[in-house]
Amino acid sequence: MSVASLDRPITAAVRQRSPWAYAVPVLGFSFIAAFPLIAGPHYAILMFSAMGFAICLLGLNLVFGYTGLLSFGHAMFVAIGAYTAAYLTAARILHLEVILLTAAAVAVAAAVPVGLLCIRYVRIYFSMLTLAFSMLLYSFLYKFYPITGGDEGLRIKMPASLLFDVSRMDTVGILTGPFYYYVLAMLIALTYLMWRITASPFGLGLRAIRDNQQKAEYLGVRIQRNRLIVFVISGVYGALGGVIVSIPVGLADPSLAYWLQSGNLVFMLLLGGYTNFFGPILGSVVFTFFQDQLMSYTEYWRLTFGIVLAVIVIFLPNGLMGVLDPRRRWST
Amino acid sequence: MSPPEAAVLISSINILVSGVFNAAVLFLVSAGLQIVFGVQKIVNLACGSFYAIGAYFGISALAWALRLDLPVALFIPVLIGSGLVLAVVLGPPVERLLRFIYHRDEHFQLLLTFALVLIFEDIIRIFWGASPLQINNVYLAFGDLRLAPDLTIPNYNLMVIAVALAIAFGFGWFLQKTRFGKMVRATAENASMCEALCIDLRKVYVVVFTLGVALGTVGGALVIPATAASLDMGVELIVDAFAVVIIGGLGSMPGALLGALVVGLTRAAAIWLYPEFEMLAIYVIVIAVLILRPRGLLGKAAA
Repeated sequence: MSVASLDRPITAAVRQRSPWAYAVPVLGFSFIAAFPLIAGPHYAILMFSAMGFAICLLGLNLVFGYTGLLSFGHAMFVAIGAYTAAYLTAARILHLEVILLTAAAVAVAAAVPVGLLCIRYVRIYFSMLTLAFSMLLYSFLYKFYPITGGDEGLRIKMPASLLFDVSRMDTVGILTGPFYYYVLAMLIALTYLMWRITASPFGLGLRAIRDNQQKAEYLGVRIQRNRLIVFVISGVYGALGGVIVSIPVGLADPSLAYWLQSGNLVFMLLLGGYTNFFGPILGSVVFTFFQDQLMSYTEYWRLTFGIVLAVIVIFLPNGLMGVLDPRRRWST
Repeated sequence: MSPPEAAVLISSINILVSGVFNAAVLFLVSAGLQIVFGVQKIVNLACGSFYAIGAYFGISALAWALRLDLPVALFIPVLIGSGLVLAVVLGPPVERLLRFIYHRDEHFQLLLTFALVLIFEDIIRIFWGASPLQINNVYLAFGDLRLAPDLTIPNYNLMVIAVALAIAFGFGWFLQKTRFGKMVRATAENASMCEALCIDLRKVYVVVFTLGVALGTVGGALVIPATAASLDMGVELIVDAFAVVIIGGLGSMPGALLGALVVGLTRAAAIWLYPEFEMLAIYVIVIAVLILRPRGLLGKAAA
């Protein structure tokens, strides 16, 4: 990517795509939609979690791929989503819509002050500060037993919906049926929203910040404000994804906020390819299924994961999308 | 002295001793993080893994020493030796792996060392299994220093503090006075200029990285008589070591010493006074330092 793209009309990023470009999302989402019909419930529920992670990663990639800031504490937003779901379902507020909106609001409330402090720094300092904040949340969740359930965490009851009645279905039926398509619709809507964000003048400004901060500032891009907005948006995506991810597990526990979890999120992103708009979605799906298969074959799945990550970092920095679609780097 | 005052005094001395003991070990690991960052500009997340694998290897070495019926006085040299041997075995190949990414974006450097964290965790699992290991009785064999009827300090803690201080001063001497140490400092300042002046950067990098690994493995080996080795100890220590280098200043050796003391004493005091704040207190300090003085208390370069 060069800053030269700023010379082009702002809409160029949208207009230059051929109709074929839309084949990727259409085929991908159709596959996810048909998945519960062709695979068993175990795999359908895995795909449910993968969609949750995909939502988190779309947000994470706005920070990393588009704005050039590596958050090593993004798990804090996943934990915020999960604990919001736990508190609300414990208070018998079971509607998923309410839970999602509350999680988004809590994420905004957390991301604004944390973001204001973090965005003043770039590069490794941003990573370390976000890591410190997520560990702050982790130690709070872990140690303050009366409020947070300590290391045992809090149970999350199966949510209901305002839109349809699931009270007569069993958990597996809900997760592979109505809620599966609910979450898929949510993923598609959030993907579309993210697509519009990244293709907007605001999104182009982010890339300008990433590639040359001084030049972007000179051209009138408001760096700090944009970084804060990006951080808040990604926090909201993280919390929404966190709600979804924690529903099949039925438990919110402190390890969700641990730094290894943040590392896994970045790993998923890199696996899919952070330079491609759809990399986050591919990365979360491949990671989730790969992990599931690997864990059933061997006790030593971390070793395999470590080697895969090392190979990606060294030889395939554009991830799987970079291999599948080498010419088009949509985030650049 | 009235009884309550004596109790306060005794608990403050206990906090001080256990805090400085923690700080001594933390200093060793963070010093390894610092020197690798200073010279190679890589933030090595795997420093905690070297610490963990050093601890497990230390257990094996100590078990071996016990089988041979070596005297207690030799235990510390055996542990240090095991750390050094492990570092010489692990350091060069890992450095070779990192050589792929010296000129890459620092995000990728961070992620490659994260991959190492995952790999080392399973390597430990393969060799030593998943359950925590501990060697009993060795800690007690070192005896106590009885200062007052109800105030004793374990000798082992004092010895580890002494060893860490000796390593700190030895390191300072090595970097300040020796020819190779000067080359290392010059490389940290300006690597391309050093290359132009015919300093073999490869050699400097291998040696520096191996030294960094050695600080981690020796630190891990030295905690073994006092605590159990567990799979989590590495990933838990990384965040502590991160806190140390942020508080002290990234890349600064005196900063590592100061940061380790701050973290070690804070933790000891929190455990004693209000355990819920054990970790919270440290991260509050970290965030305060990052906000008020992002380059750390003793760091030089601006962030």
